[in-house]
Amino acid sequence: MDLFLQQVLNGLTLGSIYGLVALGLTLVYGILHVPNFAHGALYMVGAYVSYVTMVDFGVNYWLAMIAAAGVVALLAVLCERLVFNPLRHAPPIHDKIAAIGIMLFLEALVQMHWGAEFRRMPTPYTEILNVAGMTIPAQRVLIIIGAFSLMAVLHLFLKKTMTGSTIVAMAQNREGAFLVGIDANRVAMMTFAISGGLAAVGATLFAPINLVYPAMGHLLIMKAFVIIILGGMGSIPGAIVGGLIIGFAEAFGGFYISTDYKDIIAFALLVVILSIKPTGLFTKGVR
Amino acid sequence: MNALQKISDFFMTPAMKILLILAAVLFPFVASNEYQIYVMALAFVWAIAVYGMNIITGLCGQLNLAHGGFFAIGAYTLSILAVDHGWGFWWAFLAAGGAGALLGFLAGVVSLRLKEHYFAIFTLCVGFIIYLLIDKWEALTHGALGIIDIPAPNGFGLVDFTQTTPFYYLALTFMVLSIWLAARIANSLLGRSFRAIRISDDLAESLGINLMRNKVLAFVLSTTYASVAGALYAGLVRFIGPAEAEVVHTFDMITYLLVGGIGTLMGPLIGTMAITWLTQSLQFLEEYRMIVFGPMLVVLVIFFPRGVVGSFLTWRGRRLAAAQDAQAESAAKKKPKANNTVNSSAREAGNHA
Repeated sequence: MDLFLQQVLNGLTLGSIYGLVALGLTLVYGILHVPNFAHGALYMVGAYVSYVTMVDFGVNYWLAMIAAAGVVALLAVLCERLVFNPLRHAPPIHDKIAAIGIMLFLEALVQMHWGAEFRRMPTPYTEILNVAGMTIPAQRVLIIIGAFSLMAVLHLFLKKTMTGSTIVAMAQNREGAFLVGIDANRVAMMTFAISGGLAAVGATLFAPINLVYPAMGHLLIMKAFVIIILGGMGSIPGAIVGGLIIGFAEAFGGFYISTDYKDIIAFALLVVILSIKPTGLFTKGVR
Repeated sequence: MNALQKISDFFMTPAMKILLILAAVLFPFVASNEYQIYVMALAFVWAIAVYGMNIITGLCGQLNLAHGGFFAIGAYTLSILAVDHGWGFWWAFLAAGGAGALLGFLAGVVSLRLKEHYFAIFTLCVGFIIYLLIDKWEALTHGALGIIDIPAPNGFGLVDFTQTTPFYYLALTFMVLSIWLAARIANSLLGRSFRAIRISDDLAESLGINLMRNKVLAFVLSTTYASVAGALYAGLVRFIGPAEAEVVHTFDMITYLLVGGIGTLMGPLIGTMAITWLTQSLQFLEEYRMIVFGPMLVVLVIFFPRGVVGSFLTWRGRRLAAAQDAQAESAAKKKPKANNTVNSSAREAGNHA
């Protein structure tokens, strides 16, 4: 039973990080209809920024997280301005290739500067809590609480504020949003900034129990794509639910089936689901 | 008719093709060392795979990100059969092509039910599954150790393909055959159907084109190209590892395709040659070549989405149309009545070019 609960905890940890990353991806897709393959690279840059500010400048964990979120948000806005905005009328295949170009560039740049070796990110929360016979590392609790409170804040921002509503309006109906005078450029930049910020926070939360290296975004971005396909592209609740599904599937699959193949589980799940239902689990209407 | 026009006309003639093949045949005699021949042979092998990608992505408009995975499937099928099961090279080679086609069919039937972004993401995942399987399934693929001592192609006692130069000619032969086949496909009814699908699924369907059948066919053709190229690669390099299946190779191939000109006949060849030699001359960049290639991809899709060959064809088409317009104008001055018909036919010619 303890082992079972341990897996629930693992699933929740993985799921909340996946959800956070997928959320950024789905927001950008909802607004611009660009599958941002560079999102994983933004996540990786976020991890490096907080690593550097913490280790090289000796800054506090939370300040490092804020710095990372700021830098990556700026980087994401820069990508939008320089690359995706000029391509907004191009065939969809061009957006994808350009996003891949950004990803390759960022990865190579980080690898050139910091090398390909694995680094461990320090965290102030190293103690291990003991609750009802379960051992829970404090960092995992932090991840779950941090991720879900961030999701809640985002939800409030999108539903309760005027600026947030413009993003939702753009996602629902582009032409309608233009008609009521919403500035597309502003919304696009804001969405990219939020998505970059989310990726950086996710990276800073997750990196202490994982490792920091240039290819760390690869697997995560692909899982995030699986999640938003499952959850319906552009759907915010879908990203969170999809993140939890994949998180739990991996935690339990890795434990009860095989640790070697645990990374395949997400993709196998995608193949099975899309073979049966090509529109994804939660999508409404036709694509 | 100035010199520029004459040169650009010459590029379109069959004589140009013969000249290119002649240059390729003579290359080993002018190359300063064996390494250059080896690099060229390797580039030919990659070009074959890029021609495959051109069919599904360039002609049919579906961005297939599992292409590198199928390249690895070809390489691994050949190596496993030849090394672990003692098959002859050419039998294993045929089996590798067959495996690429069969697995491509299976992957295509599932993935092509998805459109655009969904298809690209799904195939990215398929490519990653292939990589993970090759990396983890040690009983079959030797895992991270890779496979060594892969036999070179059997020359039946006549030629020794362990030597670089004979292999160069073998790769050249296969590449010329691939280009010939790609040209036949592109100019056939099938190729036209693919292009209609690229422009619009709905348009193609309203013309009576069976979407699924044509897309799957394009996909199978492309994966077969990829696995044949992979098998040749295994025969040339003689050792392979899970790194062959990494998604980076797919991105390399996209770069080749985009630089040369996506959807054009000579684009894949020109792109592969140009980038291969550029990488060779920037040896110190090997590990970090993406610092150059990444921004280059972005700049290309924004400013030159049609690549070298595509831009050339557009430029030539514009010139021809302008020349025809000028001709039509002078004709119209002589016979004012014929104005309308001549002008519209000239414009049509411009569109076709």
